[in-house]
Amino acid sequence: MNHVEICKDECKGCGVCVETCPRDCLMIGDEINAIGYQHVVFVGMGRCTACGMCYRVCPEPGALTVMADVKEV
Amino acid sequence: MSERTEVRFSKAKAFYDTFERKGSGDKVTHYCPGCGHGTIQKLIADCIDELEIQDKTVFLSPVGCSVFSYYYYDTGNIQCSHGRAPAVATGVRRTLPEAVIISYQGDGDLAGIGMTEIVHAANRGENITVIFVNNAIYGMTGGQMAPTTPMGQKTPTSPFGREVLRDGRPMGMAELIASLSAPVYVERCSVATAKDVLKARKVILKSLQNQVDKLGFSFIEILSPCPTNWGMDPVESRVWMQEQLAVLFPLGVYKDVTTHLVAVDPGKFHSPMDDDKLRELLRGASEVPVQRSSPLPHTQLIKVAGFGGQGVLSAGELLATCGMSEGIQVSWLPSYGPEMRGGSANVSVILSEDDIGSPLVDHPNVFIAMNGPSLDAFEDAVAPGGLILVNSAIVTRKVSRTDVRVVYIPATELARQEGLLSAANVVMVTAYLYITKAFSIETLRRCIPLVLRKKAYLNQNLALVEKVLDHCVRTAGSAGSDESDGSAGSENG
Repeated sequence: MNHVEICKDECKGCGVCVETCPRDCLMIGDEINAIGYQHVVFVGMGRCTACGMCYRVCPEPGALTVMADVKEV
Repeated sequence: MSERTEVRFSKAKAFYDTFERKGSGDKVTHYCPGCGHGTIQKLIADCIDELEIQDKTVFLSPVGCSVFSYYYYDTGNIQCSHGRAPAVATGVRRTLPEAVIISYQGDGDLAGIGMTEIVHAANRGENITVIFVNNAIYGMTGGQMAPTTPMGQKTPTSPFGREVLRDGRPMGMAELIASLSAPVYVERCSVATAKDVLKARKVILKSLQNQVDKLGFSFIEILSPCPTNWGMDPVESRVWMQEQLAVLFPLGVYKDVTTHLVAVDPGKFHSPMDDDKLRELLRGASEVPVQRSSPLPHTQLIKVAGFGGQGVLSAGELLATCGMSEGIQVSWLPSYGPEMRGGSANVSVILSEDDIGSPLVDHPNVFIAMNGPSLDAFEDAVAPGGLILVNSAIVTRKVSRTDVRVVYIPATELARQEGLLSAANVVMVTAYLYITKAFSIETLRRCIPLVLRKKAYLNQNLALVEKVLDHCVRTAGSAGSDESDGSAGSENG
């Protein structure tokens, strides 16, 4: 299923992706990561369309990886 | 819905896997949470991947928060001094015609410190891409007022808000660059919203494609948030950008003439000099370095002075060239300008076995006076025990100093006899070498062709050297007496 893989220790918890996601798939969690931020968590299983908006607006190069369904032929 | 998934968006290949800025294994940038730099640099990396130009990209980091970009981009990298990235880009462009050069600069760097460099690089239409990140303040140093800071904005250097009479108005760099004729593509975009970011990606891609296609200078201004220095949270800062910054700096295309351009062959205008030509140019006097057999007796502090047009500067050049050809240290410092218009010109030359600290010669130990006013001007400055060579064909008076060695040479007359009225300088240099033996006459013969502008007169110049030597030998009766004021060529002019 479409989803976003979050490398939690690369997230600085800015929340821009949370604000951007058109389907509310992301939220800031409670856990504090290795670099001291409350990182983002993915809560959109079934809603995510793998549009990539979160990836685009995120300032960190490797924090988010967007996974999309493989289209079956 | 499929059970299997694949990567659709992930870290660009143009980034290093780890960022070795502090210790090893770091995966995160040094930017603050919500900083626009990260988003913009991801877009650039993504475009580098898409265009497959990673191996020929040279990324220029400025001074500012993005100074550390070389830790992130797995491309060529140069970190430039403050504001000078466009000048560095120009140098890279001229030497690497196929490189893709990205000058990434902030507003303090580009619009403040480096306004000169960016305007002239744009005006020359260098085939480069400039990414101008405008966050309206100096970010790295703590949010001081920049040329782009909005009216009324409070910063550490405008604590009561930017005020027009004191601080001027914010500058629109996209508007300014677009007003020049050479740039081919100027657009202002933003990273405030997802839509803006997608648009910015297209704009960056186009600006890089322009460069790959050799179309010319592309300037992309990107409005970018600085939550830390603006005192806002990352989301709030993006709202402020839309409500305030994008009003002050309207987004859009300011110039785009790329559609009716054809690629400019970089070799056509920036043809790198071929190696042979370059060697010819640089060879100068050092083609065959001659090991000196004996050291210079002492450092020669030489002053040559005369009318503009007497070859004063060239005489200095000839002496310096002789020095270089023998592998000693030389300096050549012309003093002219207004003096060239009929007044007196002078040049200072130092020939030394040791490093030369300053090229100034205040008290020459060799003074070559080509005309009367020059003798008047510098006679008293000559160091005691120094040598004064006087062009006695023009200078009618005698040297009044008694603590220096004086030699009179009718230089202009000797040159005239050889049909080279303007070669009195060669006469004086020849006599100087004959008297002091600072260099061999052979060195002089070898160096004249390297300095002479009008090659057609080469043989006449060389013949003149022989004539002067002959003159010196004929008058050598007094030339032997080193202390007298009438040595080689002591006949009065």
